[in-house]
Amino acid sequence: MNLHEYQGKDLFSNYNLPVSKRKVVFNANDVIEACNEISGSKWVVKAQVHAGGRGKAGGVKLIETPEEGVKFAKKWLGNNLITYQTGKNGQPVNAILVEEFTDIERELYLSVIIDRDSKKIVFIGSSEGGVNIEDVAKNRPEKIIYEGVLFGDSSLPDNARNIAKVLKLNESQTIQLISMVENLLRLFVEKDLSLLEINPLVITRNGDLLCLDAKVNIDSNALYRQLDLMEMNDESQQNPQEVEAAKSDLSYVSLDGNIGCMVNGAGLAMGTMDTIKYFGGNPANFLDVGGTATQERVAKAFKIILKDPDVKVVLVNIFGGIVRCDLIAEGIIAAIKGVEVNIPVIVRLEGNNSEKGSQILSKAKIKIESINNLAEAAKRAVAFAK
Amino acid sequence: MSVLVNKDTKLIVQGFTGSQGTLHSKQSIEYGTNIVGGVTPGKGGQTHLDKPVFNTVDEAVEKLNPNASIIFVPAKFCKESIIEAAKAGIKLIVCITEGIPTLDMLEVKTLVDKMGVRLIGPNCPGIITPGEAKLGIMPGDIHMPGSIGIISRSGTLTYEAVKQTTDLGFGQSSCVGIGGDPIPGSSFIDMLKLFEEDDQTQAIVMVGEIGGTAEESAAEFIEANIKKPVISYIAGQTAPAGKRMGHAGAIIAGGKGTAEDKIKKLEESGVYVADNLVSIGTKVAEVLG
Repeated sequence: MNLHEYQGKDLFSNYNLPVSKRKVVFNANDVIEACNEISGSKWVVKAQVHAGGRGKAGGVKLIETPEEGVKFAKKWLGNNLITYQTGKNGQPVNAILVEEFTDIERELYLSVIIDRDSKKIVFIGSSEGGVNIEDVAKNRPEKIIYEGVLFGDSSLPDNARNIAKVLKLNESQTIQLISMVENLLRLFVEKDLSLLEINPLVITRNGDLLCLDAKVNIDSNALYRQLDLMEMNDESQQNPQEVEAAKSDLSYVSLDGNIGCMVNGAGLAMGTMDTIKYFGGNPANFLDVGGTATQERVAKAFKIILKDPDVKVVLVNIFGGIVRCDLIAEGIIAAIKGVEVNIPVIVRLEGNNSEKGSQILSKAKIKIESINNLAEAAKRAVAFAK
Repeated sequence: MSVLVNKDTKLIVQGFTGSQGTLHSKQSIEYGTNIVGGVTPGKGGQTHLDKPVFNTVDEAVEKLNPNASIIFVPAKFCKESIIEAAKAGIKLIVCITEGIPTLDMLEVKTLVDKMGVRLIGPNCPGIITPGEAKLGIMPGDIHMPGSIGIISRSGTLTYEAVKQTTDLGFGQSSCVGIGGDPIPGSSFIDMLKLFEEDDQTQAIVMVGEIGGTAEESAAEFIEANIKKPVISYIAGQTAPAGKRMGHAGAIIAGGKGTAEDKIKKLEESGVYVADNLVSIGTKVAEVLG
């Protein structure tokens, strides 16, 4: 789960991390009051969406009068911002963050991740901030430090000093970074984060460190114990079918193609998408209906897949394990009857009792083709989609 | 021979009396697995599936002397359950449960490594040695004793690889699901070592997917250390970047973890990569001649 920048900065603030004076608004006219409250003579207004690349897309603006900010807010609120990280339709802007203007001396980069290789929490720091960190990693790797840390470890200040060297900080900034690293790690662990990124972390004209952006991702598996963060979830930033699927405990990702996929198991679901592509088609989605593939779950999955107007055919691929294929076949038939599916459905059943399952499907008086060879089933789906 | 489990495995089940624990324990017992008892806090003293139930792993260890444990408890209790089993002296722990917070696993992984405990999973189908023992949720009847060792990050994809190698008459020495989480208890490399040393295994099938760099690390290890032929399949060639594809670990992040990179690295390291999931079995046949 992701947070907006304004939510992330509130969280930062709670953990004594340096952030700008700021106010979030949801109505354009409130920008004036926000500017007055922040005071000063220059402000920055930022469209709030769950995506990076906002600056280049026109979603961030320096303003010298509150009225300019109102104009900016009117332009974006209720509209979609398209950045290189959003889909082709962009993400809806429902909030604008108004911040005091910061005079910047230098832009740096700092993030915290869980490194799968070293199995540690790792800080990534770079003296080049405000740019795409993957490009820096690729082209100027000497500008990046990866510092593995242990929570509650007494060597944390040393870790911070190692990072400070690469960030080329002076002593007073280094001391600020030491406390920042401690606070960031506490935030990361206490809130079950999977990614925390400050790009850019800046040195102000006064020589102080300041978190100018805040990107926070939370481990979805840990949301049961992070209820306050769960409440911050903004469903408008997600694909509506993905939201609905998540509510039904189905794993669904929307894609650009026209062949709907319903599969049991995440790996097999990806493998099925790849098979469709291999035979010249394009999958419309990833969908893991779960290990048991009951009638109820299959029905829900059909409903979600069919909401995508591009879908011309559905390929169901089930490897019957503990649950026998004949029972799954009956579930599929009942679900199709209940949901009123009006496009072709190809079903591939493999595993326990698959032949009996196919017989049941073939006898059903609905538009299902039962093909138990996956390659043939995929080819058939591709033919329907053309 | 086989890896990790065989007919001498004495298994206890944590979360024995729950619905998942009951369903899969029944199937495992029917398959011939020697389940000696189980643990469910608060249900100690009862009998379940004709086996004794204990409140703690310590008590079960004292009375039954098991050498392996399988865990079906809900995700939020898994950290404690794994640590409990490890501290009770069990050296092989299989955790089936999906949805454990990553930071919990980070803590668990550090601890089991320090204690020399072999953890398989979480978020996995388990381990099976066909004809001998089934510690997991896989359908037993698609397996056949034979010569192929299978290691996989995915459940149903493992079943595909199993079915294909059974249909072609090879069968399996053992199959290990290492699970789809970002911090698994055991890696491809851990399992490759075991299959390399196992006499029964003639070839190894490694089923990977997008996310992380476990396949790339495995490729380097294979090139340097594995003499047996390795056949691989990588799922997720059509997966978009930045989206979690079901498994917590299956996500292309920061340009890392694409199927393309993994396949390239594996091929460069001498691994035979099947270009499609339907051709895993035929690739094995091609390699073994």
